[in-house]
Amino acid sequence: MTALETDIDQPTTFAFTPENAERVRAIIAKYPDGRQASAVLPLLDLAQRQHDNWLPQAAIEHIAEMLAMPRIRVFEVATFYTMFNLAPVGKYLLQLCGTTPCWLRGADDVKAAIREECGIGVGETSADGLFTLMEVECLGACVNAPMIQVNDDFYEDLDKASTVKLLKSLKNGEEPAPGSAVGRHSSEPEGGRTTLMGDR
Amino acid sequence: MLADKDRIFTNLYGIEDWRLAGARARGDWDRTAEFIKQGRDWVIEQVKESGLRGRGGAGFPTGLKWSFMPAEDRRDGRPHYLVINADESEPGTCKDRDIMRHDPHKLVEGALIAGFAMGANAGYIYIRGEFVNEAARLQAAVDEAYEAGLLGKNAAKSGWDFDLYVHRGAGAYICGEETALLESLEGKKGQPRLKPPFPANAGLYGCPTTVNNVESIAVVPTIIRRGPSWFAGLGRERNTGTKVFCISGHVERPCNVEEEMGIPLRELIEKHAGGVRGGWDNLLAVIPGGSSVPCLPKETCGNLRMDFDSLMEVKSGLGTAAVIVMDKSTDIVKAIARLSKFYMHESCGQCTPCREGTGWMWRVMERLVTGDAEIEEIDLLEQVTRQVEGHTICALGDAAAWPVQGLIRHFRPELERRILDRKKRAA
Repeated sequence: MTALETDIDQPTTFAFTPENAERVRAIIAKYPDGRQASAVLPLLDLAQRQHDNWLPQAAIEHIAEMLAMPRIRVFEVATFYTMFNLAPVGKYLLQLCGTTPCWLRGADDVKAAIREECGIGVGETSADGLFTLMEVECLGACVNAPMIQVNDDFYEDLDKASTVKLLKSLKNGEEPAPGSAVGRHSSEPEGGRTTLMGDR
Repeated sequence: MLADKDRIFTNLYGIEDWRLAGARARGDWDRTAEFIKQGRDWVIEQVKESGLRGRGGAGFPTGLKWSFMPAEDRRDGRPHYLVINADESEPGTCKDRDIMRHDPHKLVEGALIAGFAMGANAGYIYIRGEFVNEAARLQAAVDEAYEAGLLGKNAAKSGWDFDLYVHRGAGAYICGEETALLESLEGKKGQPRLKPPFPANAGLYGCPTTVNNVESIAVVPTIIRRGPSWFAGLGRERNTGTKVFCISGHVERPCNVEEEMGIPLRELIEKHAGGVRGGWDNLLAVIPGGSSVPCLPKETCGNLRMDFDSLMEVKSGLGTAAVIVMDKSTDIVKAIARLSKFYMHESCGQCTPCREGTGWMWRVMERLVTGDAEIEEIDLLEQVTRQVEGHTICALGDAAAWPVQGLIRHFRPELERRILDRKKRAA
């Protein structure tokens, strides 16, 4: 999400929890002395995870201070990368891949299923606050197209029916197993491997 | 067809154990210290002799790239860095994901060997942010390697100190461009740098750096273990070895598969992906190497070999070896227009020809989908692609231009038909 929203309630302060403060120290230690700015992406990610999957301005400012970066540099980063949500999102962030390999195999059907089941189009959040839909660019699971990412997990080999089933399951508070909806283990051809059959 | 015994990624599908014990059982981490003790020049020579060309898209010879790093007697006190490009985002491409989640130790071992060969005591793996689970898996493999003494001080008892870190991005295709990746790793927005200086002189933190694709690094330990002549004996000169292909789109059974470089496209699709949906005669076009390379019509695909030089000859490219298949039901104009939208979205905005050109090309492409255009605009669009191509800091401008050029080159009659049909309907 790349536009700074101005009409949302922003918390006035942000602080990492003690557990996350420990993680912050470990993250910064991965980079050479004086190069702590390298930690800006992981810290923004950590802050977003701590804050219901969206990044308030107070967190951006707090991280700028922690890393001794000018605030505008951190705002610049937070608005450049698509994974930072600068406004609240639903409990389940649905990222629908709409790029050509997914589109060829029915991404539009998945989008239609989301509209029918959750009543939302791209950029919208469902009335119950459960789902936000974003159309994103290629998520790198093209041989398991079409697919959506729900928060951290990839759901693959979808069609209309399996998308509806997935959404119903999320609505019921279940934790559906990520991966292929047609029973593939991962990226092997459906129905049986043509290589790595064990003759080595 | 490549025999299983000649496959490098023997756990490509994650059927077996990805952990260190499983990796060792598949032959990983065997004699690693022995190779390193042969010295930097020996390692680089092995990679050069294998003929390995970069697996990230550009196909630059890997051993040669490593040799650009300052030699031992020319070091000036700055640290050297290995940076591994795991920002896999080229539409159609999902091979590095499988390497990282199913065979991560091949990458970790390769990183140690490559790091040593370029005089680097530290390496960063920059993985795309959306690969949350893959990054966690990779981090677990790195942790295991530290615990087993395979990373850190005197890594794998090689006498070389090597630290390896996993760094997640946050959603930006442009960070797959190596200098944008370095900017991002330094904590900035991912906008490509002007070159020179090249990363081997001034890369990460201004220090000598080499950026390599995941697959390029992960194949190195096996190449050295089996000997460069084994790898060079697969494929043909300048196009050697094995390659992980991603076959997506309108095939019966989309899949990833490791095959010999130069395998005929038709054989690749029919042996492994169950053939084109509706049979070979139902094929319309193929994008053979990820979204950035021009599409090819069926006529060109019949006798096509999948390697760098064969695809160059037909004015396309091997790219990432991501084969996107489109059957006759495809609205080819819409398929390419969607790619134009992708490049518009992913342009970093730094160079005007790309920032303005990608949006301009997409808008014209959208009108060509419905035929709401003039015949002359096809040539105008082609000319604009030439104004973008080669006039930007990085290759994203070229990558945005090429799919459109491929469409016009091979499907001009279809573009004209839509315009004329629309005019007829209006009249």
